[in-house]
Amino acid sequence: MSADPTQVLAFETDCHIFDGCGFPAPGLHSFLFEPLWGDGDSNLYFNKTMLLALLGSLVIVGFFWAAFRKPKVVPGKLQMVAEAGYDFVRRGVVYETIGKKEGEKYVPLVVSLFFFIWMMNLWSIIPVAQFPVTAIISYPAVLAGIVYIIWVSLTFKRHGFVGAFKNFSGYDKSLGPVLPLAMLIELLSNLIVRPFTHAVRLFANMFAGHTLLLLFTIASWYLLNGVGIAYAGVSFIMVIVMTAFELFIQALQAYVFVLLTCTFIQGALAEHH
Amino acid sequence: MSHLLILAAEEKENPLIPPIPELVIGLLAFVIVFGFLAWKLLPNINKVLEQRREAIEGGIEKAEAAQTEAQSVLEQYKAQLAEARHEAARLRQEAQEQGATLIAEMRAEGQRQRDEIVAAGHTQIEADRKAAAQSLRQDVGTLATDLAGKLVGESLEDHARQSRVIDRFLSELEEKAEAAR
Repeated sequence: MSADPTQVLAFETDCHIFDGCGFPAPGLHSFLFEPLWGDGDSNLYFNKTMLLALLGSLVIVGFFWAAFRKPKVVPGKLQMVAEAGYDFVRRGVVYETIGKKEGEKYVPLVVSLFFFIWMMNLWSIIPVAQFPVTAIISYPAVLAGIVYIIWVSLTFKRHGFVGAFKNFSGYDKSLGPVLPLAMLIELLSNLIVRPFTHAVRLFANMFAGHTLLLLFTIASWYLLNGVGIAYAGVSFIMVIVMTAFELFIQALQAYVFVLLTCTFIQGALAEHH
Repeated sequence: MSHLLILAAEEKENPLIPPIPELVIGLLAFVIVFGFLAWKLLPNINKVLEQRREAIEGGIEKAEAAQTEAQSVLEQYKAQLAEARHEAARLRQEAQEQGATLIAEMRAEGQRQRDEIVAAGHTQIEADRKAAAQSLRQDVGTLATDLAGKLVGESLEDHARQSRVIDRFLSELEEKAEAAR
């Protein structure tokens, strides 16, 4: 993508079918943004996803600030909605997986994760923003990294060095001669693959979702010429359908991410057998 | 126009390699959210949820207390009612017994009085009869003597006279009886 300042859309708007212009398919370039400030070659710049990430934080903090700053025993509408969300994560995710006694400590983390991820995903279908921040690997990577540090350090704290090693490697004497191989695979799976898949699961889902939305959106515009108009209509219906589907996927992926977080923490707390 | 640049960019950027500035901003964004929620907002709401739970439980406790009190009052009332019924039954029983005794006493008294009256009547009648018999005997004697004297004093041949005498005697007797009555 050139650094053309007038170029604000993800594709070229003067390109239609039968105009001798190829379909401007979305691709990796749709996920690259010119810096709004600073120089892309150095590490000092500020782009759209960063802006959305910070704005999203403010939206969440603002929402919960308005709802929970002066909470009342008999809640107002906003507090009721916020309470429902809070209670869903606390009861439906944390208490269900870690349990009430051990899990209470992790409620703020998991609640923050859920609403943060959800908000970042939601940017995908909010007009003007229209980009899921989590489709940039950095953001899921940071979150998965935080979770990784928490559960790994928790395992060491809870079980000591040897216990933690057994926990990571799934040590089980009854495996006999295949034990070393099993332990190697388990170590690799738990300590290296797990955080990677944790981040990539969220990233890839949002990446794919955004690509699909882009594909149908661009197609709707691109086909808007001659007989193509009929196809453009179909494509536009798909845009609406996919938007609704994305709305669902966004919440689902936030839920999956925090559910996995809780499962990891629970695994760290569990006695190895 | 930008195809080459795009290709260049694609080669340069691997979507799985996170750029440092975005990592920093991502961390910052999340820390802002976590900070506010963990520091103030979630403790706030937890306090209120706890208060609400207590309020609800307090209400339940109050309701339970009220119910217990109502139950005890009901039992008390029932006990009182039972006692009152018992008392009433006892009083009725007593009254019945007393009434029965009174009736029996009165009946005995009546019987006694009747017996007395009857006895007195009998005595009176007996006395009267005796007196009557006494006076009758005397009278009969006197009468007989009178009659005999009269009969003896009169001529016996005059049958008519004789019968007149008798008639007179009888009428005298009647008069006497009239006067005596």
